[in-house]
Amino acid sequence: MAQALNRAMRDAMAADPAVHVMGEDVGTLGGVFRITDGLAKEFGEDRCTDTPLAEAGILGTAVGMAMYGLRPVVEMQFDAFAYPAFEQLVSHVARMRNRTRGAMPLPITIRVPYGGGIGGVEHHSDSSEAYYTATPGLHVVTPATVEDAYGLLRAAIASDDPVVFMEPKRLYWSKADWNPEAPAGVPGIGKALVRRAGTGATLITYGPSLPVCLEAAEAAREEGWDLEVLDLRSLVPLDEEAVVASVRRTGRAVVVHEANGFGGPGAEIAARIQEKCFHHLEAPVLRVTGFDIPYPPPMLEKHHLPGVDRILDTVARLQWED
Amino acid sequence: MTVQELPGAGASHRSTPPPAWRPRTDAAPLLPDPEPYRVLGTPAAEKLDADLMRRCHAELVRGRRYNAQATALTRQGRLAVYPSTVGQEACEIAAALVLQEQDWLFPSYRDTLAAVARGLDPVQALTLLRGDWHTGYDPREHRIAPLSTPLATQLPHAVGLAHAARLRGDDVVALAMVGDGGTSEGDFHEALNFAAVWKAPVVFLVQNNGFAISVPLSKQTAAPTLAHKAVGYGMPGRLVDGNDIAAVHEVLSEAVRRARSGGGPTLVEAVTYRIEAHTNADDATRYRGDAEVEAWKAHDPVALLERELTARGILDEQAVQAARDAAEEMAADLRERMNADPVLNPMDIFAHVYAEQTGRLREQADMLRAELDAEEQS
Repeated sequence: MAQALNRAMRDAMAADPAVHVMGEDVGTLGGVFRITDGLAKEFGEDRCTDTPLAEAGILGTAVGMAMYGLRPVVEMQFDAFAYPAFEQLVSHVARMRNRTRGAMPLPITIRVPYGGGIGGVEHHSDSSEAYYTATPGLHVVTPATVEDAYGLLRAAIASDDPVVFMEPKRLYWSKADWNPEAPAGVPGIGKALVRRAGTGATLITYGPSLPVCLEAAEAAREEGWDLEVLDLRSLVPLDEEAVVASVRRTGRAVVVHEANGFGGPGAEIAARIQEKCFHHLEAPVLRVTGFDIPYPPPMLEKHHLPGVDRILDTVARLQWED
Repeated sequence: MTVQELPGAGASHRSTPPPAWRPRTDAAPLLPDPEPYRVLGTPAAEKLDADLMRRCHAELVRGRRYNAQATALTRQGRLAVYPSTVGQEACEIAAALVLQEQDWLFPSYRDTLAAVARGLDPVQALTLLRGDWHTGYDPREHRIAPLSTPLATQLPHAVGLAHAARLRGDDVVALAMVGDGGTSEGDFHEALNFAAVWKAPVVFLVQNNGFAISVPLSKQTAAPTLAHKAVGYGMPGRLVDGNDIAAVHEVLSEAVRRARSGGGPTLVEAVTYRIEAHTNADDATRYRGDAEVEAWKAHDPVALLERELTARGILDEQAVQAARDAAEEMAADLRERMNADPVLNPMDIFAHVYAEQTGRLREQADMLRAELDAEEQS
């Protein structure tokens, strides 16, 4: 996936001289995860810039660059490092189009490596997507496959609106054959995809939880459950049609994500399902999420992250009886 | 006992620090002069450019009238709020006049007058404060960024824009305005740091008007002056009398020239005073005394210039009257146009959130449309 993201930026920079990559360590080092490896060498330091260590400054200057017609792609290095940039994000990036009546859209892509499972120390494993989805004016997307990593990042950079691009860092090293010229199944931002068809219940998920859900769906077969797995790919906009269609087919739904449950994306999705699928539901919509705790220390994170067993236990509760 | 006298601190045990430890030796020129730079009332006034000063005078008179009219509109309920710049007009006008057409202005919420002096329609400049739309103009058309309500957050934008323009090879300077309170914000620091590292063609103008709402400068910073902060970033800091428009214009012009010629950013602190309250919602008598206000009124930017220009024969009674008449005309026009209720379309609130409306927004827009239709029928 790391290579796909790198290739996406390289191709976008080659296609459009307005695309600029910027952030701490993105130049000479190629990023701490090597996602921007070689870009400074190929396009020069003016196009792939090592900035001072200051997230508000990185995003704030990107705003000015976008105001002048560039298309900045900003790296936030780690989920929890993005918080100093929040004011810029919420007060300016998200609403510049709105406050100027459409005169000044900001085509900025904000890459946020997120989530746990890599043994990171404190402040390196947050799933911060709910902060972004709660902010009108931002698109929030997250790939779960190598192919989507390329296709979605190209779509994000091409978008005339700001996109928070959440990169599941524990999937950086996932591998797959893929064709960067024709990423299948990425028709832009805002389309979910059924990764596994099933009839008994729908697992609705995204990003780092997709492989876990697919594994759970395989394991569930032995217990007589034929699970559908829906990869949202985009949290804003949310592909409600796909969610509703799947849940109406299966009659049962479990939302799975790493982010804390309270006020998390799963709460929104569950609410939408009960609004639009009430008469099709055979059981309450359930959620499997991270606990409502600050992200635990790495030696304990396996107890926090939604795993196959917890998903299967939850699926078992869908056998609803009054 | 000094370090040298400590046992074992002999020269033979000392290690020479690597070169990176050594501070730059060229810091002194970055430091501001101890006194704010002045022109009016000093020998430097001999060299005043008569045409420029007549223009400054006309703009100052118009600016004063604009402040009075906007404040009156607040009392009439036509503006939700107006942060007055009475007493600070010299800074506002000079900031606008030093820029060329292709340059950009990054104003704070208090700097509507600078935007108007740059040529923006006063009604468009006031929509934020009237409340019909956040930004009433196309920033690209006028090269004026939206008035920024969050403090200092527009400064990194100015840096980014100036940097982008330079990357493209365009001759563009960005001038960003901020208050004394805004210099305490993290974005102030980050913007100055980025600008200096990138050698971005930016001018930072701090209007030190004495108070951040009610908090005086002494509780805002322990720095000798705000201009001193510049040296920490590696850019020149300049201290200027913010009520002396000739001085502010000269210092800002020099900073703009430096930026334009690739010399990088400058931090200018203009020492001035906010004669009126922070806004009409503020009671200034709770945090400052009349004597202080009166002393600053005696140092009024309009009177200072008028006195100098009249004494030098640059300005006569006729020209003063002409400036006042033009200002009255502007005020009457502003009054008339602001007294008409703006025609608003409530559906506009959904129009500019995304390039393409999301399904959720379409649903919510349908809901509002139905509510509006029901209202119309009843």
